[in-house]
Amino acid sequence: MRSRPIAAVVALVIVVGLIGLAFALWRDRGQSSPSAVRRADGQDFAQIERGRTLTTLADCAGCHSTPGQNEPFAGGRPIETPFGNLLAPNITPDRETGIGAWSDAEFDAAVRQGKQRHGGLLYPAMPYPYYAKMSAEEVLAIRAYLDTIAPVRNSVVSNQLPFPFDIRASMRVWNLLYFTKGEFKPDASKPAAWNRGAYLVLGPAHCGACHTPKTTLGGDLASQALQGYGIQGWFAPDITNDATRGLGSWSVEDIVAYLKTGHNRVTAATGPMAEEITLSSSHMSDADLTAVATYLKDQPGRFDTTATIPATDPAMVAGAAIYRDVCSACHAIDGHGVANLFPALAASPAIRSSDPASLLRVILRGARSVATAAEPTAPAMPAFGWQLDDEKVAAVATYIRNAWGSAAPAVSAEQVREARRSLAARSD
Amino acid sequence: MARRLPRKDVVIVGLGWTGSILANELTDEGLDVIAIERGPWRDAATQFPPNYSQDELRYRIRHELFLRPDQTTFTFRNKMSQTALPIRSWGAFMPPNGVGGGGVHWNAETWRFLPSDFVLKTHLTERYGASFLPADMTIQDFGVTYDDIEPYYDRFEYLCGTSGTAGNLKGQIQEGGNPFEGPRSRPYPNPAQTQPFSHTLFAKAARELGYKPFPQPSGNMSQPYTNPLGVRLGPCTYCGFCEWFGCGNYSKASPQTTILPVLVRKSNFTARDNCEVTRINTDKSGKRATGVTFVDTSGEEWEQPADLVILSAFTIFNVQLLLLSGIGKPYDPVANTGVIGRNFTHQTISDAVGFFDKAKFNFNPFIASGSIGMCIDEFNGDNFDHAAHGFVGGGYMGQVQTNGRPIETTPVPEGTPRWGAAWKTAVRDNYLSAVKPGTGVHGSFYSYRDVYMDLDPTYKDRLGRPLARMTIDFHDNELKQNAFLTDRFAEIIKAMGAHTVDKQYRKGPYDITQYQTTHVCGGAIMGSDPNTSAINRYLQSWDVPNLFVMGASGFPQNAGYNPTGTLAALAFWSADAIRNQYLKNPGPLVHA
Amino acid sequence: MKLRRRDLLATTALFLGSGLLARAGTIGGELPWWPNAGSPPEPFRPGPWTFFSPAEGAALEAIADRIIPPDAETPGGKDTGSAVFIDRQLAGPYGRQEGLYVRPPFLKGTKQQGPQSAAGPAKQYREGLDALDRYCRGNHGGKAFADLADADKDAVLSGLESGTVDLEGADGKAFFELVLKDVQEGFFADPIYGGNRDMAGWRMIGYPGARYDYRDWVSRHNEPFPLPPVSIAGRADWTPRKP
Repeated sequence: MRSRPIAAVVALVIVVGLIGLAFALWRDRGQSSPSAVRRADGQDFAQIERGRTLTTLADCAGCHSTPGQNEPFAGGRPIETPFGNLLAPNITPDRETGIGAWSDAEFDAAVRQGKQRHGGLLYPAMPYPYYAKMSAEEVLAIRAYLDTIAPVRNSVVSNQLPFPFDIRASMRVWNLLYFTKGEFKPDASKPAAWNRGAYLVLGPAHCGACHTPKTTLGGDLASQALQGYGIQGWFAPDITNDATRGLGSWSVEDIVAYLKTGHNRVTAATGPMAEEITLSSSHMSDADLTAVATYLKDQPGRFDTTATIPATDPAMVAGAAIYRDVCSACHAIDGHGVANLFPALAASPAIRSSDPASLLRVILRGARSVATAAEPTAPAMPAFGWQLDDEKVAAVATYIRNAWGSAAPAVSAEQVREARRSLAARSD
Repeated sequence: MARRLPRKDVVIVGLGWTGSILANELTDEGLDVIAIERGPWRDAATQFPPNYSQDELRYRIRHELFLRPDQTTFTFRNKMSQTALPIRSWGAFMPPNGVGGGGVHWNAETWRFLPSDFVLKTHLTERYGASFLPADMTIQDFGVTYDDIEPYYDRFEYLCGTSGTAGNLKGQIQEGGNPFEGPRSRPYPNPAQTQPFSHTLFAKAARELGYKPFPQPSGNMSQPYTNPLGVRLGPCTYCGFCEWFGCGNYSKASPQTTILPVLVRKSNFTARDNCEVTRINTDKSGKRATGVTFVDTSGEEWEQPADLVILSAFTIFNVQLLLLSGIGKPYDPVANTGVIGRNFTHQTISDAVGFFDKAKFNFNPFIASGSIGMCIDEFNGDNFDHAAHGFVGGGYMGQVQTNGRPIETTPVPEGTPRWGAAWKTAVRDNYLSAVKPGTGVHGSFYSYRDVYMDLDPTYKDRLGRPLARMTIDFHDNELKQNAFLTDRFAEIIKAMGAHTVDKQYRKGPYDITQYQTTHVCGGAIMGSDPNTSAINRYLQSWDVPNLFVMGASGFPQNAGYNPTGTLAALAFWSADAIRNQYLKNPGPLVHA
Repeated sequence: MKLRRRDLLATTALFLGSGLLARAGTIGGELPWWPNAGSPPEPFRPGPWTFFSPAEGAALEAIADRIIPPDAETPGGKDTGSAVFIDRQLAGPYGRQEGLYVRPPFLKGTKQQGPQSAAGPAKQYREGLDALDRYCRGNHGGKAFADLADADKDAVLSGLESGTVDLEGADGKAFFELVLKDVQEGFFADPIYGGNRDMAGWRMIGYPGARYDYRDWVSRHNEPFPLPPVSIAGRADWTPRKP
């Protein structure tokens, strides 16, 4: 009879829904809830200061503040995702266009569960899978701090994704696949600094959001955590302890210096990392930076090896000539640059990334390294795109990836042509 | 009608060396500072990267980094009896324009004046008698001594990472340095640069002749350096594209490579580029500056009010602006009254070109830096007895060849045809084996009654303002000095093993088309007497106490050294006086 | 370089600048930078004359080949492109004497006061080359300069240099000095400007070109520098050889 299949479907949906709800409730057990904690207090200056520190750790400004505009957290900044652009919401306390009217519970649900205020779901461009590691008390402190920001009237329609990605409901499935609720749980077998670093990396600092490869659905590829990912026209390099492409040749001090000042003895930060350092890690304590470094140095990498392309290879010969004539005046003939000024290409793992996007971007368009109070010089690399054609860029890139004992896959003229094309389309 | 901007504590006219030094000092004091720069922003990343900065045509020949005469120029004549005509294209000196000023394209030769240079009038009168000096020579004492300024020389040298070998440490003469220099409190921050072949050979020949050669003090880094502000410089790579060019790899001391990265980060500092100050404004009494008026590239006029005005626009623009603003009494050479424009000076330069056997000598002249060189100072200042010679003054000399750039530096022996097969052969055969220092003899230029600046009666700039006029010629004193020095210099070049030495004496009349350094000095000189100086020993205007005038415009005469080290030291000295005395009690710092 | 024209307080001014750097701006907070910052040079475009007529070009090439005659080792001024260099320069800011002070009055001054003529290089070349050919036709059997025997060409040029040859409608001596300077400059400038083809001028003297790092050679005294010259546009070795 006709009613039986419909009834069966309805029953199935109800059962699945109940099971899903039960599952979700089971998952949420043990999660501290904001209502169980003291409300964000506009007069508790210790809480506000703690919130400010945490907001810096979590680098909220990196998305929610627009560079060049003096209106912190007012939103409107485009956030690139593999599926299109979103606009970061206004998280100033403005009641109509910001989060001023939100309750603490709603704020916590957004940050740690990816829930919009009226039941919808956030896209993981908001890194709630990472922020979930934070405690309710910490998120409340952030709320208390944000409450002190000057309210800005700025109405932002976040969802600029094209169909079908603009259907937020699809996030339900995504969350089932990629979102594990729950605060950070320390590993009792590891020292305190390691655990602090793990908390920061996996939690507020959300390093994997850029540095972990993604699946086709845009979730973290957990098995290759922190092994590098292409984002915003750059390649965020491997930051595991991989000897060739990662931090294997860096000491803890090297990592701390890089995060704190933007420069260390072998390299300099530019692009998105320059912004991260300016807004976030240059303000972190040495202890926290050391903790992050300690944790990263304990992450195994791929440890696969590539053969060095021989010096007699035509691309290497041409690349060596170009390098001698045009690159050595800063980076030195032996590739060792000048400490804290010109990156040591011979010792720089990011140069050897499997994806040469960052390398090609810097060669083609130039780059200004970051200025911090500790390292104000901010030397800049000139653009070579006008001077070297695709074949020559490929040759010199191949050379610097394989000279001086390094090894990395060759760069092809085709890759350079593609890089030029996609860079020309970028506005940043 | 100029639109008025919000008031600032300090307005700085011109963001070159002294403007940057003053901006950094006064922002450290907590003041709100704005710098207004006529030219554009400049730095390696945006203007002279190391992949196209090495372009002799563009920068050396077509003058891309310098002021366009069409924006501002000067008129020139040798004698008061002549009509001054415009300098339509630069020749004798190359005025800077842009953030960093001359500090972008200088050679970075970083010298100190001799102790006697600061008290020249007193010293020479004491030693030789007043009648030994020409009647129309108007040299004066600075009003400060070397000892006053020594700590500030030190500050500038450490800011810049100057590479050198000390010759006199606290009175102890040091082997390998300049035995004639004034005592310094500590060694140079960086060791001297490595010298290429011809420069080393010059030193050897000089030593054999009994002189004491030493490396030229160089603002090109001999090694990586981090200055006291935390700014880092890289090592000089001897590219041979130094003076006239911007440095592409952060190894030449300039405001960009030593101060600006720190300065721009300060919330109490802003700069406007491509804005030309047209006037320093004063109140009705004329004794107080109220700020400046400037014009931007769209023709808008703006007024920037400020409590303190620092005029650091480069010598000749300082003088021009003071004249156009009606500050200080203009100099009248006939009546011998007034101060603005008096004691205008330049430098007395000559060369000796040596030609060597190409089978035995390969100098690779293209391997050089801006401040490379081995020099001797035996004939500078009053380092030798002038009684028998009939002139005063002198200069350092040395193989200071900075380049082998082929348009500029393909010397051929005198008498070689200027074109044709013989010319071509001579160029080819001599390029690698000739020594052409450029400014091999770098002599003083003392001041005279009839060498001065004022406003031109006829010619105007693009804004309709009168051009400033230069009346300048060599006097016998300088020509005699130069002949003597050139002969001594040529002897050393010969002793290096040259088969031919062509002496290129400096001859009068002063020629506006021949480049002879950009060391124009004077016109707003410092001193102890307001009747014969424009500014006091702290570089404060005698007439307008809230106006300070930086730069070599303050030199009563020019010594036998490049002026930058001294004018930068004086800027630090003045900044100290402003911070520790003036700000606590604004008003005249010296009561004459 | 981009040309910008602005009216300033009812007068006209010419500013040379490159795009973003030519407008008044404010500096603060950070050092200025933008992607592809800088104004790289524009290499010349090979091809037909952009300024000269065919006759002018032929005359100048002939002059260039006497100022820098070809020999067994090194080509001459013509084949190394000095006339091409001058042609492109005259079509640009140099020819228009952009940035120079060209306001009147133009009075005759002393030698020390420098050139005081309203005519820039472009005008001087037009008038000079035209006058030169007219002179030659009038004094050398109806032949243009380019058609004279080499010895005759040299005689005419020497006459211009010394002032014994008078050109009608042009200052022959000044014209000669201008051409001499420009031909020799073209021979030694970077090849991207049209002269010094294949870096022949640089090879002739042993100049390594647009290099920037000699740290490993400063202390190597009296040794020949072994690397070939390189232009801002590169050298042959920059292109990978095909297998």
